[in-house]
Amino acid sequence: MKKIYLDHAATTRTRPEAIEAMLPYLNNFYGNAASIYELGRQSKKAIETAREKIAGLFNVQPKEIFFTSSGTEADNWAIKGLAYANQKKGKHIITSKIEHHAVLHSCQFLEKNGFEVTYLPVNSDGLISIADLEKAIRKDTVLISIMFANNEVGTIQPVSEIAKLADRYNIIFHTDAVQVVGNLEIDANKLSLDAMSISAHKFGGPKGVGALYLRDGIKIENLLHGGSQERDLRAGTQNVAGIVAMAKALELAINDLKNHQHKLTLLRDRAILEIPKITKGIKLNGHREKRLAGNINFSFPKISGDSLLMMLDMKGIAASSGSACSALSIEPSHVLLAMGLDRQMAKNAIRFTFGDENTDEDLDYLLAVLREIFSNTNIL
Amino acid sequence: MKKKVMIGMSGGVDSSVAAALLKEQGYDVVGVTMQIWQDGKKEENGSCCSLSAVDDARRVADKLEIPYYVLDFKESFEQKVINYFTEEYLKGRTPNPCIACNRYIKFDDFLKRALEMGMDYIATGHYASVVKKDDRYLLKRSASLNKDQTYPLYTLTQEQLAHTIFPLASYEKTKVREIAAKLGLGVATKPDSQDICFVSNHDYAGFIEKQTGVPNQHGNFIDKDGKILGRHKGIYHYTIGQRKGLGIATGKPIFVSRINAEKNEIVLGDEKDILSNSLIAGDLNFIAVDKLLEPTKATAKIRYGAKEVAVTIFPRGKDEVEVVFDQPQRAVTNGQSIVFYQNEIVLGGGIIK
Repeated sequence: MKKIYLDHAATTRTRPEAIEAMLPYLNNFYGNAASIYELGRQSKKAIETAREKIAGLFNVQPKEIFFTSSGTEADNWAIKGLAYANQKKGKHIITSKIEHHAVLHSCQFLEKNGFEVTYLPVNSDGLISIADLEKAIRKDTVLISIMFANNEVGTIQPVSEIAKLADRYNIIFHTDAVQVVGNLEIDANKLSLDAMSISAHKFGGPKGVGALYLRDGIKIENLLHGGSQERDLRAGTQNVAGIVAMAKALELAINDLKNHQHKLTLLRDRAILEIPKITKGIKLNGHREKRLAGNINFSFPKISGDSLLMMLDMKGIAASSGSACSALSIEPSHVLLAMGLDRQMAKNAIRFTFGDENTDEDLDYLLAVLREIFSNTNIL
Repeated sequence: MKKKVMIGMSGGVDSSVAAALLKEQGYDVVGVTMQIWQDGKKEENGSCCSLSAVDDARRVADKLEIPYYVLDFKESFEQKVINYFTEEYLKGRTPNPCIACNRYIKFDDFLKRALEMGMDYIATGHYASVVKKDDRYLLKRSASLNKDQTYPLYTLTQEQLAHTIFPLASYEKTKVREIAAKLGLGVATKPDSQDICFVSNHDYAGFIEKQTGVPNQHGNFIDKDGKILGRHKGIYHYTIGQRKGLGIATGKPIFVSRINAEKNEIVLGDEKDILSNSLIAGDLNFIAVDKLLEPTKATAKIRYGAKEVAVTIFPRGKDEVEVVFDQPQRAVTNGQSIVFYQNEIVLGGGIIK
């Protein structure tokens, strides 16, 4: 049976070059980067080289890049660490209703601990409004955290405008860029970002490694306490192989960005044109243009997302309903509900996310399978 | 082409072995756990809806190398089973939610979803058997007499039976455990589920209170002449024939004989008061025949664990029968189902009014 992977927003295949880059640090160069002897120094050097490379690709300083175990850790750390370190200014946070659970649940944790959080609504395309944001700002607002682009519907937020507004009011701005790195160019300096979360496995790196960019001079509390790694701000022996591989994957992703965007945009736009023709009532979720190149998200009439996902899987097609993190609970997506979909349409949503290895033939196969599924007369 | 079967897998030994048998018989098998209920975030071990049940079912499916999925039936289950369960209790009746679950969820919603996914059949780990005689599908007792589970399946329609396989039809429970052990399934020694899956520690009343937010509904115990005998904790705490937990000492055995929801009263009586010669049942479904046209002899069970007794069924107009017992029966309880048998065949059944 054909196997077609259309879930690149969940994770990506690790690039062979990234695997190649990490192998020495799993084999001969196994030293702890904190050790002073040669084996340790080699690891330290590898990490610092990776840090420089990554910093360069985001146009920031190496000392502004902190390695973490995941995008989730970076989000947790940014939200909690920035809130606690700067609470003298105030205990109010602004975020949106459509953030990843790593951000939302961190905010909810802070609410239980004396912070107040404003969750901005989004319009039917999944966009926040700058006017709403400005209205929500208070004297005691200490942090704004708005995702760069949404993981489910791919809608890209007006990050540059948010950053400008945050600067004007002198509020720290964090963005969860996990879905964006490798899909859009990010000049964190030019965009005037204060903090940004990234995750390696979304752009061809391995799982288990991520990073937080944090502008120099901004105070943050530790999330993990212990050793003095990462400038004493993030304890724990560094994942040398993972960090090296992340840097390699990022370099490749950014070098290939133009091609990647062009190819995925073509696939996406053809899918957006063709899929609604399959049966009446198919609805695109998210903004038609302001969306990530590889993302499509449709609500299909009459058949629930979990049934459809199962049928697609039985035809060898990997896709996702809601985000992978909520795949066990099967709740209608909070993102789609916030965009105004009713529970049924939210439950009927399927996300397909294309990647570099997908072809027009893959899309042909997806269209054929969907046509076959919807031709079954048992679907009323 | 191989016929496709979607089997409901609870993570228990029965549905696990049923899946294994289907595979062995050459079907194209897909395992599915129906997610039907989650009580907050807490997971009770062993209940059919818990995460650990999903883990067990997934492990079995991996072992059998069949595709496995979790499908969501929560909203439907809440409407058609949970709400029915609580409403019936609050009306002074004693419902059987497993029958509602079979009727509306497992053999209706689940079947519909299987068919829309292009499946040919659904299967479950029930100990029961479907046989086709002429143009009719019959529900027949399983070979395992003490495990027979035809009672809660009496609502099945011809359409549902036509698409249902019970792989355990001719197996004994001990044999099923043996097969599970032989296949190396971790669930081989898992204890049988006993209680209603969504209620923990038999605390029905606590569940109803939590679920409906019903205020405290203390009322009076009375005797059949209306004399007040004491206070009850709310009618949903009690069922017909109940003797324990009444908190009343009269020197002789005393039982719940009637529940009057309108007056919030519970009538207590002695052994004689809970005997019935007959009952009325409605909401009928007949399997062996389309419709009952004349008085018919059968045996019947008035609740899941009840002994089967001889009865005569008298049709009484639309969707109602009068059932006359050969011998008076104890604690006929409205809300429970009566199921009729003729030898090995399930004739049909209905809900006691």
